[in-house]
This record gives sequence, structure tokens and C-alpha cells, in this order.
Amino acid sequence: MSQTEQTVPAGHVLRYNFKERLTHWVAAGSYLYLLLTGLAFWSPWCLWIAAMLGGGQVSRMLHPWMGLIFAVCVLIMYAMWASHMHVEENDKIWFKSVGYYVQNEDEKMPPAGRYNAGQKSLFWGFVVCMVLLLLSGLVLWFPENIPWSWRYLRYAAVLVHASSALLTIGLFLLHIYMGVFAERGALDSMVHGDVPLNFVKRYHPGWYKEITGQPASPKK
Amino acid sequence: MSQATLRVQKISGHAGSVPGDDAQREYTVCKLIDTTTCIGCKACEVACMEWNDLPFGETVFDNTYQTMPETRWNYWNLILFNEHEKEDGSLMWLMRKNQCMHCADPGCLAACPSDGAIVQYTNGIVDFQQANCIGCGYCITGCPFDIPKMNPKTNRVFKCTLCSDRVSEGLEPACIKSCPTGCLHFGSKEDMKDLAEKRAMQLRTDYNFPQAGVYDPAGVGGTGVVYVLHDATKPELYGGLPSNPSIPWSVRLWKGPLKWLGNAAMIGGILGLVVHYLRFGPKEREETIKQPHEGAEP
Repeated sequence: MSQTEQTVPAGHVLRYNFKERLTHWVAAGSYLYLLLTGLAFWSPWCLWIAAMLGGGQVSRMLHPWMGLIFAVCVLIMYAMWASHMHVEENDKIWFKSVGYYVQNEDEKMPPAGRYNAGQKSLFWGFVVCMVLLLLSGLVLWFPENIPWSWRYLRYAAVLVHASSALLTIGLFLLHIYMGVFAERGALDSMVHGDVPLNFVKRYHPGWYKEITGQPASPKK
Repeated sequence: MSQATLRVQKISGHAGSVPGDDAQREYTVCKLIDTTTCIGCKACEVACMEWNDLPFGETVFDNTYQTMPETRWNYWNLILFNEHEKEDGSLMWLMRKNQCMHCADPGCLAACPSDGAIVQYTNGIVDFQQANCIGCGYCITGCPFDIPKMNPKTNRVFKCTLCSDRVSEGLEPACIKSCPTGCLHFGSKEDMKDLAEKRAMQLRTDYNFPQAGVYDPAGVGGTGVVYVLHDATKPELYGGLPSNPSIPWSVRLWKGPLKWLGNAAMIGGILGLVVHYLRFGPKEREETIKQPHEGAEP
């Protein structure tokens, strides 16, 4: 990751630079549009969303373009973050004790690095789903150009697109919940770029050690 | 595109009940196409273009008697031609008038996400309402007969209407009107099936076509267009007529179990997160301690 300079409050550390934040929020905006219009196409009970957004025809026209924007953003995020996201031995232990994490007993968790195993899973989940959505989406963009002898491509695309979209909705809900509600300071870090060192110490002890050279909990 | 005098019993992408469902005693209409007496004159193609006022396009000569390779958004009725060599080496010219089959269980309607873009009238006609079409092309995926076609300029899908505007006024479809050999008939499904079976029997007993039979595929709930074929065991010979058409299983899975599973997961997921927040609340930045509850209530 390219480190650019940015002034942060004392006792804070820069977690996301401007490029990372911008990419994230363009992805978020395009995803929100894709989610809303996608839900409109998913169920007649949600078709009113398309009407609110300018009508079914407009939604159908813009959805694929917005999908391209989202795909490019995820690709950039992949380039920026993939190196931090390698699954390590520690992550397997993290998942085994995920019950403590759910119950907010974070002191019983194995020390996470810059990203914990859950965050890494979210990242890889979005990357894989983006690729599936992009490939199936290209088929669904121009179904009339798929020759009859290749129709199984269309049959596969409707299933793959819907299933992977549902998976991203699961990831999205968790992401919003963790970032906005559960883990105070996470949303701030994606808006302003910095996080308090306390936050790092508690949730990313491995990363804390990396930055400060001191272990996060010397007593343990 | 006529709803003035026809009631609707199925609507695509529709939440809630359907106005014409269970409201009318109406017989199902049907077109009978006797391929054994079709001479491939294409009068029906012309009548279709004429009545439906469709813009002309270029035809494609492919060294056969066929006007173009397949139907188009503005060419709904096409005679498919096949020179079939029989086992004894003799030739048969098979002509099949291809158009929307008006399935009782239409795959296009099942796949369509747009409210009212595809309707099925109580008389069985499946009709596209282009005003409501959003151009997603899911109907193209849902159709087992390769019938719906996209107008690339307007991104709306078109197909044969079975002349619903004529039928609603008590007239027969334009193609029926134009047929010079009488190979096309129009009436109630019951009457047409009866006529078709009689003709097939005649072919079997009097004309040396022991395999002759009627094409009314059960996989799509039966069709509003039935064929009499010289050899009902090999419908593929007739321009690729599928022997056992049905709505693609992936479309069924997508619009059925996946939908309910997905909806349950989404709603369950949101509820689960709310309950989690109420039970455990947010994570704290500092060290935490456990405190016993000292409320007054038991």
C-alpha cells in the first residue's frame, strides 16, 4: 500500500489514505444502487424501488453500468489490500473462537493483525462475488445476443447472478453492522482515515505491535 | 396488446391477486397447425406483417424455402423449412409455421420481473405489454421455444399476440384467415385437439404415416398452438421443435426455492443483527468488566 502523508490527531494512526477512502465510498455508492435496483428486479414486492429511482427501464439501463463501476472499485481495492489479506494460521484459530467475538469478549480472541479473519473473509467474499456477478452480469446485459445453442449460459447466469448477489447482501449487512454499529471507530476510520491507538491496541494487537514495536498486552 | 375486452388471469412481476383470475367462465382458444397440409406459401407471414403493421426488414436467402433464419422482433410468424431424408432415401419437405406457442404455463411470464409486462388472458393468450417492458430480456431466458425478441432500438421485447386484438372482437387471427390450404384452424382448445386427433388418425390409417400425432407438450402445461406432425416422435425434424419443452429448471429454481430462501435469509439476517445489538451492544474500545443485574423485577 502506498503511504501518503496526512495529519492525524495525536494518539491516532492513519489506517486508510485518501485513495482507499475514495475507492471504498465509490464502491459503496454504486453497490447501494445495485442493491436497490437489484432488489426491484428480484421481487415484485420491491419493484416500487425502481419506480422511485426513475422507472424500470432506467434502472435496467443503469444497473449494468453501475456494476462496471463497482467491479472496477473492487479491483482497485484488491490491488490495494490483497497483500494484507493472506489467510494465516492465526486466522483459523480466530474462527474457532469466533463465539467470543460475537459475545464481545474480545480479550479472549487470538491477537489479530491489521485485519482479523472476519475482515479478510469479507474481503475475499466480495472479490469472488464481484467476479461471479461481473461474468453472469455480462450475459444478462445482452441476453438477446446469446445464440440459442448457448442458451445454457443464460440459464446459468440467472442463478449465479442471484445467488452471488444474495451472498453479497449477507456480507453487506454484516459489514454495515460491524462498521457502523458494533465496532465504534470503524466508520470514522473510513471517513477521516485515522483510528485511535486504543482501538488498534484492542482490536488489532498484531498491527499495534507492527506500528509501535510494543506488544499490545504485555501481561498476557 | 388488447385488454379492452379480454380479462387477465396471470400477470408477470405482480404482487398480490390478479383482477381477472377466477372471475370469468371463458374457454381457452387454440390454433391448430396441420404441417402435413402446409405448402410453405408464407401467406400467413404476410398476413401477420400486414395486420400487426410491423415494419419491414431484409429477408435472408439461405438456399431453402425459408424467409430468414429465425423470427424477429418485427417478424413474429415464420415458416421453418427442412428437407428431410427418410430411411428409404426419399425426401420430405417439412414446413412448420413457427410463432409463440402461448403456453398454459408460460416461461416468459414466470421469468419476467416487471409488473404487467406479460399477461395471460383468461382465454389463454399470452401477450406482451411493451409499455411495461423494462428490456431485461429475462423472458428470452424463460422461453423454451426461442420466441421473444428484443427491439434493439427501444429495448422492448415483442412476439406473436395470437392477434389478441382480433380475437377479443370475435375474429380469428390474421394468419388463419390467410391460409389457402386450410392447414390452419382456430377455435376452442377442446375442438382443436379433437380435430387434430382425427387428422392424426387419418394420417396413420389412410396415408401411411404410422407415427403421425399431435404436438401439445405437457411440460409447459399444454400450448395454445397445437401441431399435427407426420412423425410426432421426432418433432426436432420440424425446425428444431423441442420434443419435451419445459421452463428451464434454473429459472424455476431462481423464481421458486431460491427466492424464498433468499428472502428468509435477508429478513432473518436483519432481525438477527438487531437482536444481537440489543443483547450484546457495540464493542468497546477500552477494557470491559462484567456487572450483575440489580433490577427490582424478579
